[in-house]
Amino acid sequence: MSGWMDSILQGLLLGAIYGLFATGLSLVFGVMRLVNVAHGDLIVLSAFLALWIEKALGLPSPFLTLIVLLPLMFLVGYVLQRTILNKALGEDILRPVLITFGLSVIVQNGLLEAFSANPQKLIGGRLETASVHLPGGLMAGAFPLLTLAVSVAVIGLMQWTLYRTALGRALRATSDDRQTAAMMGVKTPHVFALATGIALATVALAGVFTGVRASFDAFSGPDWLIFAFEAVIIGGLGSLWGTLAGGITLGIAQTVGARFSPAWQLLSGHLAFLVILVLLPRGFFPRRVD
Amino acid sequence: MKLLTVSNLNATYGDFQALYGVCLEAAEGEAIAVIGANGAGKSTLLNTIAGSVASKGDAIRFAGEPIGGLHPWQIVARGIALVPEGRRLFASLTVEENLLMGAYSRSRDAHSLDEIYKIFPQLRSRARQSSLSLSGGEQQMVAIGRALISKPRLLMCDELSLGLAPKIVGEIYETLALIRERGVTLIVVEQNVRQAMAFADRVYCLQEGRVSLEGISTQLHPDQVSRAYFGIRQNQSQGDLPDLDSGSPGVRSDFNSEASGPTNSGFAGEGRA
Repeated sequence: MSGWMDSILQGLLLGAIYGLFATGLSLVFGVMRLVNVAHGDLIVLSAFLALWIEKALGLPSPFLTLIVLLPLMFLVGYVLQRTILNKALGEDILRPVLITFGLSVIVQNGLLEAFSANPQKLIGGRLETASVHLPGGLMAGAFPLLTLAVSVAVIGLMQWTLYRTALGRALRATSDDRQTAAMMGVKTPHVFALATGIALATVALAGVFTGVRASFDAFSGPDWLIFAFEAVIIGGLGSLWGTLAGGITLGIAQTVGARFSPAWQLLSGHLAFLVILVLLPRGFFPRRVD
Repeated sequence: MKLLTVSNLNATYGDFQALYGVCLEAAEGEAIAVIGANGAGKSTLLNTIAGSVASKGDAIRFAGEPIGGLHPWQIVARGIALVPEGRRLFASLTVEENLLMGAYSRSRDAHSLDEIYKIFPQLRSRARQSSLSLSGGEQQMVAIGRALISKPRLLMCDELSLGLAPKIVGEIYETLALIRERGVTLIVVEQNVRQAMAFADRVYCLQEGRVSLEGISTQLHPDQVSRAYFGIRQNQSQGDLPDLDSGSPGVRSDFNSEASGPTNSGFAGEGRA
C-alpha cells in the first residue's frame, strides 16, 4: 500500500516540473492563441545558458544564474514577440506554428554548434540528494518539493497578475477582443510582448529546474514539448491552474505505470492523456464559452 | 474652431473602398448624427476616426492637430472615445473591469467608477457580474460608461439602438443628452432616423460611402432625407422618413446576434457569481 502511495507522491512531484514546463505555453496560448512549437527548445536553451552563465561568472549554484537568466529570457520573449510573432498573429493559427517550428530548428542547431551534441547536466549540489521524511513513512526529495513549491508560486503569481492588476485586465481584454482593447487605450503589441516575456521568464525557471533534475542535449526540446502540450490540453486550454493539474496527472500516470514495468513509464503517461482526451475533450477546466 | 474636421477622407479595406471623399465637421459641444442605409460606410467612418481603420495624411484633424496614422491607443489618449457597434464588451471581464478598461490609458485623468455609477445607477449592483449576464440595455450602458470614463472630449456612438426596445433606447438617449450638457461633443451613428434627427443638431447622410446630404436637423425636409438615404427618387414618398425605426422587422436583425455576441477569452477564469 505504501508503495502505491509512494508512486503517487513521486508522480505528483514529477508532475510539478511538467506543470512548470507548460505554464509559459499555457499563458501564451491563453492570451494570444499562439501555439509556440519552440517552447521545449527554449527551455533547453535556458538550461544551456544557465550552464554557461554559471561557468562564466563562477557561480556556486545553477540557481543563482536565474538572477541573469530571468531578465534575459524575459527580454528575449519581449523582442521575439514584438519583432516577429506579433506580425504572425491573426485569423490563421497556422502561421505562428510554422514560424515557431522554424525557430525550433534554429535553436536546436544553434545549440548543437555552440555546445556540441554531448548531454549536459546542471549540478544542484546537496539539494539534489537531500530528502524529507513525511508522515506515513514516505520520503520526498527536497529538490522535487522545491520544484512543486516554485510551480505553485509561479502559477499563483501569474493568476494574481491576470486577475488583480491593471496589466492582467488589459491582457484578458486584449485576449477577448484585440481591436476594442486598442480603442480603450491598450497598446496591444506591447501587452502581447509583455505576455511572451513573462512566459519566457517561466521558461528560464523550467530550464534550470529541469537541467538540475535530468540531463539534456541540444535535441531534448521536442520530448519536453510533448509533456508540456499534454499538460496544457489535459488541464483545459487557457487555464493556468488546470495546466498544473494536467502536469501532475501526467506525472502520476507515469510513476504508477512505472510500477508495473519501467518500460511503461512514458507510455502510460501518453495513454492517460489519450483516455482523458476521449472522456474530457476540453480538459479539466474548460473555458466557459466557446 | 472646430473640434473635429474630416476633409476628403477615403478609406479602403483591401480592394474595397468604403469611403469616398467624406467631409464632416463637429464644433465643440455639438451633437452630430450620421445616418444611412446598411453598408453606407457609417461604422467605417467612426472606426477610421478612432484609428481602427488606417487613414492617411491630415484628412482627420482633432483639436487642430492631424490624427490620421495614429494608433487607436494614441487617439483615445487625445480624448476621442468610441462606443462600438454591437457593444463589444469584454466577455471574460466583469462589469467593473469593463468600465476600468476604458480608463486604461488615462489613469490620472479619467472619471472615477463612482461618477459612472452616478450616471448609470443600476450598474453599481452588477459591478462584479460577468458582462454577459446583463440585459441588452444594461450592456449598452456598460459600453457607454466604458467610453465615457476616459473623459473624452468627443464621444462617438455606433448604433446604440441596435436590438434594444424603444423604451430603453429612449432612456439611453436621455442619458446621452445629459452627457452632452456636460460639454462633451457627440457623434451618433443611427439606423433609427427619427431618433437621430430628434437628438442631433446636424445630420449627415451617407450613401455608398459618400455624403449625400448634410444639414441642420430641424431644417431638413423628410423627403430630402428619404432621397439621400435611399439614393433613389421615391414616387410614393409622402414626406415620410425612411421606415427604419428600431422596431421595424427584419432590419439588421440578421446582424444583431452576431454583432452583439461578446467575444470569448482564452481564460477559464476565476469563477464569478
